[in-house]
Order: sequence, then structure tokens, then C-alpha cells
Amino acid sequence: MDIMHFLDVVWLARMPILKGLGVTISISFLAICAGTVLGVFVGLALTYGVRPLRWIVRGYTDFIRGTPVLVLVLASYYVLSTVGLDLGPFQAGVLALAVFCSSHVGEIVRGALQSIPRGQTEAAKAIGLTFPQTFAYVLGPQALRQVLPAWVNTAAEMVKASTLLSIIGVAELLLRTQELISRSFMSLEFYFFAGFLYFTINYAIERFGRYVERKTAVPT
Amino acid sequence: MTNNLLEIRDLHKSYGAVEVLKGVDCTMRQGDVVSIIGSSGSGKTTMLRCINMLEEFEGGTISIDGQAIGYEIVNGQRRRKSEREIARQRALTGMAFQQFNLFPHMSAVGNVMLGLVKVKKIGRDEARAVAETWLDRVGLRERAEHYPGQLSGGQQQRVAIARAIAMNPKLMLFDEVTSALDPELVNEVLQVIKNLAQDGMSMLLVTHEMRFAYEVSNRVIFMNQGRIGEEGNPREMFHKPGTERLAEFLKSSTFN
Repeated sequence: MDIMHFLDVVWLARMPILKGLGVTISISFLAICAGTVLGVFVGLALTYGVRPLRWIVRGYTDFIRGTPVLVLVLASYYVLSTVGLDLGPFQAGVLALAVFCSSHVGEIVRGALQSIPRGQTEAAKAIGLTFPQTFAYVLGPQALRQVLPAWVNTAAEMVKASTLLSIIGVAELLLRTQELISRSFMSLEFYFFAGFLYFTINYAIERFGRYVERKTAVPT
Repeated sequence: MTNNLLEIRDLHKSYGAVEVLKGVDCTMRQGDVVSIIGSSGSGKTTMLRCINMLEEFEGGTISIDGQAIGYEIVNGQRRRKSEREIARQRALTGMAFQQFNLFPHMSAVGNVMLGLVKVKKIGRDEARAVAETWLDRVGLRERAEHYPGQLSGGQQQRVAIARAIAMNPKLMLFDEVTSALDPELVNEVLQVIKNLAQDGMSMLLVTHEMRFAYEVSNRVIFMNQGRIGEEGNPREMFHKPGTERLAEFLKSSTFN
């Protein structure tokens, strides 16, 4: 394997690679953001919701978490269009990943909130805080610290799951890589290269998580 | 309308089928220091927690300064007040807990300031000044920027008391505040409570410290199986218990 020759090929193919990388990053970013916001509501509903709401949301998370992501991706692209919701591959893919992400984040948030001792809520009540205030100043900030490590994990999973969107024709990094391989036949090199790019994205997410953990650490 | 600070009438509370409070009556005047003693499961803590609606209660009324706590009668129906109203009423009382329950992600001064800023809507600078004054009063001014994890149990409890009292409550509730402390840290907390008593703060304390109850309170309530077993001034009650049950309880406790 001639490394200089490969770098040459990569350089020539830089535009499709960068485009693919851009699509992968946008899909992941949108899915993680939407999934996290939705997931926080899922977690709140699971923890504090009235019983019927809790049952509905519990059903939602269990169903979604028990379904392969690929099935979700295919369903949101092919099935939703049969009920009149016509989404492009990119939108359908982001929707599927966001829904998947939300069920995981919901469980993480529930776990974090439930691990906070009851005394915290009681102390907040005792000084006259309303529930929204208690959540904003007492429970939320404590839950955030608990959530971070697991959230980083989920976010990294989302980046990896974005490769599944190649199946429905979203030109993300993996699909672009495969196209390049079919032209250059350099499969080993290009798969390694793609793997390295995925690693870099996830490494950045992990560093970001560590940074926030450090920033919010409580002195002991 | 009476001039009683606290008035509890026929208070009933059950957990499922178990009736914990079976009709408790109690009144307190401004400046009273009342200790509630009794064995575990007699309903002392539950009674205290009903006063600031940390527990719901099914029967009876509690009023502070003439305000009915937690429930109101509308068209003959007993109805829980709105969350907002209950939150407002909770600020009438301050509470210190057995497990301190300080907010671990806030410094000592931050803990004391939270209620002042968010409930009393006092500006941050003024709130900080008030908080520092109270931390000073409990002897922890120089620990203001420390986090709960950096403080000893006794110091945490003093911060927790400062946090409650800074809200300027009409009545302070103490729920076994020394039970979770190492023996050598108990006194610093009791001293803080004694100082508050001397300042004329109205206080209701659930305690296992019989010596302390004897010294600090002007009235003692002995709870027995969900009812008030006996009530009176500490001197009489501790030296000449009126009921068999109290005599037994005192014999088994550390007071001698």
C-alpha cells in the first residue's frame, strides 16, 4: 500500500469527503440536539408525570428502545410517507435518530432525577420554592452532572448510528466513502480513513463532555 | 381568630391503612419553644411535616397566624390549596432536617441566598449581606464560600439552620437536627438553637436530646401512638411524669 498515492487520491476526493463529513456532522448535531430536548421532557414525564402520562411515555420509550435503529430509519422514510408525511431522506433520518436519542436521554434523565435524594426537594419546598423553581435551581443542576457521562455515550452512539442513513440514500460520510471505494478500489484505506474521521468526531464530543463535567464539578 | 401563632386542631394523618396521627391538638404562642418527644413511630416527625405541608393530612386543621395551612373549605368541600399558595405558606415556617439537606452544588452562602433571591425576591447584593449576617450568627462567616462537601456535619447543619432562619419565618421547625451528627458535633448545633430561643424565636423541635429539651423549651409534648400522651412544662414532666407511658419512656431515654 502506497501511502503517498492514497493521500493523493484523498486529496483529489476532498470535496465529496468534506461534504459527507458535513452531512454526518449535521445529522448527528440535529439528532442529538432535538433528541436531547425531547429526551428531557420524556425524563420529566417519566419522573413527575401524572400516571396516565407516565404510562404513555413509558410505552413510547420502551417501544423505541426495543427497536433497532435501522428499523426506525426505514420506518420513518418508507412508512411515514404511506400515511401522508412525505419526508426527504435527510429529514426522515434525522427524525428517526432524534426519536431514538430521546428515548435514551429520557431514561438517563429519569435515572439522574430519581437518584437525587428526596431531601433536596423537601428542603427546596421548605424555603418556599415552587416546583419549577426547585427544578431550575436545585434538581436540574444536580441532574446535569449525573447525566453527562451517559449523555456523551448516547451522543457518540448517534454519530455512529448516522451511518445507517446511507441505506436510505443520505450522502453522509459512509455512503461517500463507499462511492470512492467503488471508483478507486482502495477499500482498506478508505474504510480506515472514514473510521478515523468518526473517531475524531466522537473524541471531540467526549472532550466536550469532560470539559462541561470539569466546569460544573462541585468542590469537596 | 385568636392570638395563637400555631393552632392544630384534631389532626389526622394516615399512610394507607396505618393511622399515624389520630387527632392531635396543639397550640403555640409567639416566642414559645416547644419540644416534641416520644418513641419512634409515635408521629412526632409526621406532625412537624404536616405543618409545612411536606405531608398531606386527611383531617383536621392547622393554622399559622390565623391562616389555614394547605387546605380550604369551598362550598362545604375540603380542598387542597393551589401549589403556588402552598409554596407561599411554606415560607411562613422554616425547617431544619435530620439530614441537613443542603444543596451540594451551591456554596454555604449560595444555599442561604437561594430562598432570599427566588422566594423573597431580594436583590443579590442585599441577599448576600443578609446571608452573611446569618452565617456569622451561626459562627460560619469565614466558611461562606465553602461547599457542603467541604464542611463537617455540624457546620452543614448550622448552614441549614441559617438558610431556614434567613427567610425570617414566623415559626422554626427542627426535625431531629442532631440525630445524624457525631456526638462531639451535637453541642455546636444545640448552642445555635439555644441562641435563637433566647432571641425569642418561636420554635417547635422534635428531639431525642432530653437534656436539651429540658433546658431549652418552655413546654414539652409527649407523643404516644399518634396522640398527645402528655403535655406540660419540662420541669414537671421530666421529674413527675403524669402517665405510666411517659415514665417508661423517660427511663429508657438518656435523660437522668
